[in-house]
Amino acid sequence: MSHTTLYDKIWQAHLVDEQDDGNCLLYIDRHLIHEVTSPQAFEGLRMSGRQVRVPSKTLAVADHNIPTTNRAGGVEAIEDEQSRIQIETLEKNCAEFGIDHIGMMDLRQGIVHVTGPEEGFTMPGLTIVCGDSHTSTHGAFGALAHGIGTSEVEHVLATQTLAQRKAKNFRVNVVGDAPDYITAKDIALAVIGEIGTAGGTGYVLEYAGPAIEALTMEGRMTLCNMSIEAGARAGLIAPDEKTFEYLKDRPRAPKGADWDSAVAYWQTLRSDSDAVFDQEITIDAANLPPLVTWGTSPQDVISINGRVPDPAAIDNEARRKATERALAYMGLEADMPVQSIEIDRVFIGSCTNSRIEDLRAAAKVVEGKKVSDRVNAMVVPGSGLVKKQAEEEGLDKVFLDAGFEWRDPGCSMCLAMNADKLSPQERCASTSNRNFEGRQGREGRTHLVSPAMAAAAAIRGHFVDIRDF
Amino acid sequence: MEKFTTFEGIVAPLDMINVDTDMIVPKQFLKTIKRSGLGANVFDEMRFRPDGSEIEDFVLNQPDYRQSQILVAGDNFGCGSSREHAPWALLDFGFRCVIAPSFADIFFNNCFKNGILPIALPQAEVDKLMSDAKHGNGTVLSINLEGQTITRPNGEAIAFGVDPFRKHCLIEGLDDIGLTLKKSEKIDAFEAERNQLAWC
Repeated sequence: MSHTTLYDKIWQAHLVDEQDDGNCLLYIDRHLIHEVTSPQAFEGLRMSGRQVRVPSKTLAVADHNIPTTNRAGGVEAIEDEQSRIQIETLEKNCAEFGIDHIGMMDLRQGIVHVTGPEEGFTMPGLTIVCGDSHTSTHGAFGALAHGIGTSEVEHVLATQTLAQRKAKNFRVNVVGDAPDYITAKDIALAVIGEIGTAGGTGYVLEYAGPAIEALTMEGRMTLCNMSIEAGARAGLIAPDEKTFEYLKDRPRAPKGADWDSAVAYWQTLRSDSDAVFDQEITIDAANLPPLVTWGTSPQDVISINGRVPDPAAIDNEARRKATERALAYMGLEADMPVQSIEIDRVFIGSCTNSRIEDLRAAAKVVEGKKVSDRVNAMVVPGSGLVKKQAEEEGLDKVFLDAGFEWRDPGCSMCLAMNADKLSPQERCASTSNRNFEGRQGREGRTHLVSPAMAAAAAIRGHFVDIRDF
Repeated sequence: MEKFTTFEGIVAPLDMINVDTDMIVPKQFLKTIKRSGLGANVFDEMRFRPDGSEIEDFVLNQPDYRQSQILVAGDNFGCGSSREHAPWALLDFGFRCVIAPSFADIFFNNCFKNGILPIALPQAEVDKLMSDAKHGNGTVLSINLEGQTITRPNGEAIAFGVDPFRKHCLIEGLDDIGLTLKKSEKIDAFEAERNQLAWC
């Protein structure tokens, strides 16, 4: 096959059936489930008397709703009754249908998009789905990975396939040498700022170019994670030596001769040099400033040296109204400098930015300093393994000495389903992925930034340019 | 799933772009392990104050729109989280159809699985329907899925597109899993071959 993209190749390799009308059946290699979007799927199976087709291709871990403090008593000691029932329901469903479940007290427990790669459950060339839109994270390994709804979770459990239509191809070229202070998060925000939150709708994004090759696996996960914020179901990066290095000896990765043949196959997973993309943009990482969101959509991106936009200068009526609403919600004045915005909370965590490199970057900024008196700051590691690694490196001490809280792993204040949430009007510098109205708590105000920028804001009490810090 | 037939319903205007699924159903209602009952929580933080009282200005709290079955909204409706609780909440409130210039992909798919028809129309057509909806007095639109038309109060028919297979499934109320299981032999054959590969 020539002229084909990486997405085309993975798609073709999973095609079970193709109807004349373009509706296809795609084989699903790996399925991740969690407590929030799976209970109704299992209930559906029970009601129709269906079984899980291949239990070994699904892996369960609770993350969304799990407490990040006081876990010693186990699941039965979770105070919030509804949360406890949801987590217990996941355990019971997994036991009933024979699905491997990583429990809350297991060191490997974490955010599903952190745990999957750590386990080596995520690998190049596979199709991976999960009832969570940030499943796009796994595209960092050259896997076709995307979020699905609960009906589709049930469909995958029952049939190990998904009904799909093929998306179009969109290449995001990121060129130039990214300076040290420009992280994968800044690149992700730059892409979303450029194409908008609907710019990727109907496409699979492939990130390519020297600045992508230069990213670590963790950086690639951060970037692919936010593909959904550009409207794309999936983001992809062709696997390379860094990918193989990351996966080698992971618990579920192939071993011995199987490993060698896997690598030989993985090396073929790249877009042809003459592949045709339906859409293409180029971003120069060398010229990017550190970025911050000012509004209630991830596309509301500005430079740390910029000013909050003025709705009066926007011609498009729908955009102007949306901007006015966002400024009122965020409690900001048109044209105010970003660095003058004072914050109350800092959240370092989420499937976007809770891995060891993220914590190291934040710790480097806060080391020997104190969190501003006006700020309540917390770090929520992405998994038990990340937490352990950080503690072995002494990062927990760095954060605690500076005045941060050091929590147990979970989704936490990224979506604020558990007790970790903003109070009304509280303003947060967050390393998560969504700044929607109410996302981190009713009337809470979220600004998306990289871990180093969040850490610097925690110290100063307002946004600062990490380059001057 | 309930069969989708021609119906007439009150249309409610939600004149906003980028309506996300966190707005449609905030996370505190995601702790349920059931599909039903979420209609009481649809658009919760726009619809109710923290003390539970109604915010009078919000469209679904206005007398003309309390029985709405059709929602007309701005660009990129349903963006964000994959939560199927969003279409469950809309359906449980009574919505059977959402009209917007564009939809986010996962939400769009989720609608069809629940008997909700998402209709994407050019902005100019959406503007007409938005204006009808804002007219108040419980403006009624007629949605004809078979003929793929929306009829306005003035009698004008607006044509819309829909994937023929999805249309068929909605009209017949077909269960996706049941349809796929008819292809079990193909899945068996594909899987047997794929399981031989070292990297799968």
